[in-house]
Amino acid sequence: MKRVYVNEKWCLGCRLCEYNCAFANSGMDDMVKALKDVEINPRIKVEKANGISFAVQCRHCKDPLCVKVCIAGALHLDEDGVIRINQDKCVGCHSCVMACPYGAIMPSGHGVMQKCELCLQNSSKEPACVKGCPNKAIVYEER
Amino acid sequence: MKDYVIIGNSIAAVGCIEGIRKIDKDGSILVIGNENHFVYGRPLISYMLMGKTSLDKMNYRDENFYDVNKVETKLGVEVVSIDKDAKAVKLSTGDVIEYKKLMLATGSRPFLPPMKGIELVEKRTSFMSIDDALKLDKMISKDEDVLIIGAGLIGLKCVEGILDKVKSITVVDLANRVLPSILDEKGSELVKKYLESKGVKFILGESIGEFTSSTTATTTTGKELTFGTLVTAVGVKPNTSLLQDIGGKVNRGIVVDQNGKTSIDDIYAGGDCVESIDISCDTQRILAILPNAYFQGRSAGISMAGGDEPFDKAMPMNSIGFFDLHIITAGSYIGDKDVVLDDEDNYKVLFTKDNLLVGFILIGDVKRAGIYTNLIRNKTPLDTIDYSLIRTNPQLMAFSYKHRQEQLGRAH
Repeated sequence: MKRVYVNEKWCLGCRLCEYNCAFANSGMDDMVKALKDVEINPRIKVEKANGISFAVQCRHCKDPLCVKVCIAGALHLDEDGVIRINQDKCVGCHSCVMACPYGAIMPSGHGVMQKCELCLQNSSKEPACVKGCPNKAIVYEER
Repeated sequence: MKDYVIIGNSIAAVGCIEGIRKIDKDGSILVIGNENHFVYGRPLISYMLMGKTSLDKMNYRDENFYDVNKVETKLGVEVVSIDKDAKAVKLSTGDVIEYKKLMLATGSRPFLPPMKGIELVEKRTSFMSIDDALKLDKMISKDEDVLIIGAGLIGLKCVEGILDKVKSITVVDLANRVLPSILDEKGSELVKKYLESKGVKFILGESIGEFTSSTTATTTTGKELTFGTLVTAVGVKPNTSLLQDIGGKVNRGIVVDQNGKTSIDDIYAGGDCVESIDISCDTQRILAILPNAYFQGRSAGISMAGGDEPFDKAMPMNSIGFFDLHIITAGSYIGDKDVVLDDEDNYKVLFTKDNLLVGFILIGDVKRAGIYTNLIRNKTPLDTIDYSLIRTNPQLMAFSYKHRQEQLGRAH
């Protein structure tokens, strides 16, 4: 399956991926309206220090620990290889945060967790972080 | 005759079914469970009482889980004995069912030490199951004073579940601090203060001496308590008797190897009823936590179906929240103690030993805690990462460029 991969050397640390992620998952069709005066809570996070930067989001593991430790059965590895969260079943216990080796699952801000689902079910239809990356520091491909 | 018989219908059973089906798509599977419910995560019961989930959402797998996996169920039925020579189990209904492979996913049950006069208390329950929670929900009201015996994980999650639905809660525990199984003294103090600020009363370092009526008790130091409902959450005991009765090896829990095999041929076990080797301190002990139950069940299922995926990464890990205070802990609290953060709302300690992270306690800020958990699980030598960086915040920046390329540049 296609996943998002990181080319760390090309990352500018501009955080556009974070903004595009937040917009794509906002459910709104105007980026300004969606993000103006909003403290964004994206599902991709740029780590930055000492001149190095790179983006981290769900790796969509083939044998995912988050799914196995979820107490609510809210996380699923779907047949297309994407790990999705059913926020209606999530109780916000943070067990997935305890287990994810990448630190890629985070609170949504409304009592349940959120994670990257590759934008396949929002209006972007493919990872918005990748589409908007100006330097191909993240790519969406088969490896 | 069934190819696979699974006793128990909780998390280890689901792990077992999914493990079997990874290898064997067609073998017949029968699940026998004494609770008459679709499989659910036990820790959800407190969230159900506080309204964060509801009965119809608590199923641990999709409604068609048993059908899709071609699993037959007998729910609301007990297994009374195993005949290891005939390879059969006898049910409370009198039925006898033969198996080729048997899985014991029997879990644990509430443990209640003898307490004088407890039979006088009409409104009392343990807090382990959906039925317990539903029973408790009927007992309580806004006018109710609730007494909870036990300041561990179960007792305090019960507090969270019902605090807004009752008049008062008093928690009594013989231990002198809360959550002693997952916190150190400072952590316990922070959580206790937080819960006290929400109105919870604690009586610690003593126990109930005697129940003097249905609604009154005296503690061992003579304090008089009045309550309407009693919740007993002292601890749990593993359900091991089915195997013990036929001579299987049992210490405190059932002894299994890393593929879930017991000492008796064709009988496997996993979950709260077994002992595991805790890799954070190389000690064999019961690790009655949900993730372990899944991992062990799955490994056992794979082995029952002829595969080999040992589970050799057992360790304690708990994620528990009280209202808006989150706590994540893992591993063992041994070796050098590195207190990273200690203020009114946050507490963070890392434990290191022999160049490894062996344990941590995070209260308050728990972001990206899995990066720490993974250091324990993988026994990552700390001199291969930037410890001074990672101790402040869990981050991939602390790993080498090569390691990051491996992690973020490949499919896993």
